[in-house]
Amino acid sequence: MAGEHTDLNYLNHERGIKSWLLTLDHKRIGIMYLVSVMIAFALGGVMALLVRTELAFKGETMMEADTYNQVFTLHGAIMVFLFIIPSVPAALGNFFLPIMLGAKDVAFPKLNLASYYIYVLGTIFTIVAILVGHVDTGWTFYTPYSARADSSVVWMTMGVFILGFSSILTGVNFVATVHKMRAPGLVWTRLPLFIWGIYATAVIQVLATPVLAITLFLLAMEKVLTIGIFDPQLGGDPVLFQHFFWFYSHPAVYIMILPGMAVVNELIATFSQRKIFGYMFVAMSSVALALLGFLVWGHHMFTSGMSEYATMVFSALTFLVAIPSGVKVFNWVATLYQGSISLASPMLYALGFIALFTIGGLTGLFLGTLSVDIHLHDTYFVVAHFHYVMVGGTVFGFLGGIHYWWPKMTGRMYNETTARWAFALVFTGFNVTFFSQFVMGSQGMPRRYYDYLDQFQPLHMTSSGGAYILGVGFLVMTVMFIQSLRSGAQAPANPWASAGYEWQTTSPPHPHNFAVDPEMTRGPYDYHLCTDEELFDGLRAPEEPAAEHAA
Amino acid sequence: MTTEAVASSAPPGGDHHHDSGHHGPEFLAHHFDTPVQQFDAAKLGMWLFLAQEVLFFSGLFVAYAVFRNWYPAAFSVGSHLLDWRMGALNTVVLLLSSFTAAMAVRSSQQGNQKQTSTYLIITIVCAFAFMVVKYFEYSHKIHVGILPGSLWNPTAEGLEEVKAAAATSYVGEGLPYHIRTFFGIYFVMTGLHGIHVLVGIGVFIWILKRNMRGEFTREHFTAVDISALYWHLVDLIWIYLFPLLYLID
Ligand SMILES: [Cu+2]
Repeated sequence: MAGEHTDLNYLNHERGIKSWLLTLDHKRIGIMYLVSVMIAFALGGVMALLVRTELAFKGETMMEADTYNQVFTLHGAIMVFLFIIPSVPAALGNFFLPIMLGAKDVAFPKLNLASYYIYVLGTIFTIVAILVGHVDTGWTFYTPYSARADSSVVWMTMGVFILGFSSILTGVNFVATVHKMRAPGLVWTRLPLFIWGIYATAVIQVLATPVLAITLFLLAMEKVLTIGIFDPQLGGDPVLFQHFFWFYSHPAVYIMILPGMAVVNELIATFSQRKIFGYMFVAMSSVALALLGFLVWGHHMFTSGMSEYATMVFSALTFLVAIPSGVKVFNWVATLYQGSISLASPMLYALGFIALFTIGGLTGLFLGTLSVDIHLHDTYFVVAHFHYVMVGGTVFGFLGGIHYWWPKMTGRMYNETTARWAFALVFTGFNVTFFSQFVMGSQGMPRRYYDYLDQFQPLHMTSSGGAYILGVGFLVMTVMFIQSLRSGAQAPANPWASAGYEWQTTSPPHPHNFAVDPEMTRGPYDYHLCTDEELFDGLRAPEEPAAEHAA
Repeated sequence: MTTEAVASSAPPGGDHHHDSGHHGPEFLAHHFDTPVQQFDAAKLGMWLFLAQEVLFFSGLFVAYAVFRNWYPAAFSVGSHLLDWRMGALNTVVLLLSSFTAAMAVRSSQQGNQKQTSTYLIITIVCAFAFMVVKYFEYSHKIHVGILPGSLWNPTAEGLEEVKAAAATSYVGEGLPYHIRTFFGIYFVMTGLHGIHVLVGIGVFIWILKRNMRGEFTREHFTAVDISALYWHLVDLIWIYLFPLLYLID
């Protein structure tokens, strides 16, 4: 019984491995997801380092071309399906969505645990495909090659199919939770922007992922039954596969980036100690991105033989995406203005996000322009753009979120100085790796190639060097977090003096999130309405927050 | 100077309940406040799942549209190879089962446990009947080698059937190459639909068991309600599949 604990929390109220594996507590499930996606991230990261090592020098460096094809495929598939898609929603979202709603759990806790095990099952399929097979199609599985390649492609696609259902069920759960589980007083206009972002993501997860599922199912059927839908030899249409694939995978880009943006909202507000500028615009821009995301898939296929009219429409719609993205960046910067800014490590990631996402977003417009895309299509420019959005955006948001909520999740503080060093390494390494790829791409270096011309040698070398800096940065961060778990100082309830709802419970939270059912009487960014008690950071006497950096 | 935020001043006792005493009936899960909230959440969840199902099948319908547009002759002959009487029979069977599923919800809302069981049993029997008809259709096609893609390998009997079908279709004579694409789509669409029917059978057997144990009451019939919702969708998909596959001119 938990009776003897005076500091009852979700970590100590039950013990033993079974209490974790069979838990219905969204916080524990969130932690299990967090550990799993971090393992996937490490695996995908090793693959990335192998790719960059091979490319550091011309010709064969350490593996054959055939192996290289498999390694970049695994890098892409692991990072996209096993890491980025579940990263923020399934890990941080699971942990914080119910808390920020003032709920005791998600609407369907059993379904939540089932999603986790479906994720594990999908991962097993994927790993089996890696171990026994020979998957070298790239993460996009384009037909007709994928329909004729090694049969382990079927295992891999089945793995991704299963992972898709994990994602769908998580989405169903979150949408229902946001609609039905809000605490009294938590009207939609008071919803934390993290919730708005996760909510928009969940809608895409529910509506887009099934299309990927049926696409991969058809691909598997193409191989097993040769139904002749995608293989031109049987009268099928490979471009149809691309339409299907991108009908999911463009919205999937928003499944990946919206949660990153969602985290950044919280970071910017907390570390500026200020209400988010234009709250409703930021909230609605998430919804707009989710909807627009469904209308632009054709921009991946400008060179695939679509009709010219279709390409024009897709290009124009793609430009529209810039509007809600721009709204977000504008509002974040406007929130910083006259805020009382603290440059704590989570905030560094948030600012890094804004800078890198802006570069990633603007280069997206290059690619959305028909004439320019003819030149840049399938070059390193696309690779760099994608990584600026996905790593500079999502991963930075995710890391910022982990730093920010670490004290809440684990009840421990981490070493801030080390955290800043890790950030410096990650930020530098990232830019060195991928900025050089923008340059190479604009000069015509094709993506996925095993070898290259002499002229690209220096830039490839630079990019690989950057990848190693990035790797060291992650290593430092890992050591820092492990150290925090072992010997970090006890975290107070609200170390960042945030007005966010989740900081009003203990660190780590009570098994039911709040010891007393909360009732929201103010918004999550209403610093002017907070009592000193609510903003007390546990370190110093309550006072007007941070003077040093005030503008 | 306080040491803790307001909400965190937890009562140290072992009581897992927040405000003990007010929590409602036994079927109410701990994280819901009221039965209505629990019911609404479940229903919304099922509707979202159905939206997901519609998009899942949408890919197949798009593929159908593309290839019917590309190979109209093959689709016409392929359709005439299917026995519309079998399809029609299955349509009637499924419609009936949808009706009994709806009646099961109604009687469970009225707390009529026996009647609910009867309706559930009829629903299950209909679903089985559907699968039996489907089995005869499939096994005949496999027997005569009318199969998708490169598996297409009609026996002499199969070829006769194809010729007869071509004669009754607008194509008249000849053997459009892409009949095999039609059968690729036919087998995938009806196969996936069939899997949904099988899942439905499993769900209804489970619901029937729970009903016989008396788990459902006037106040608590959520599972019956949302299972029937699922079943209506399975029915609805068939309503589209039947004319699109069996009734092409
Ligand atoms: Cu796109």
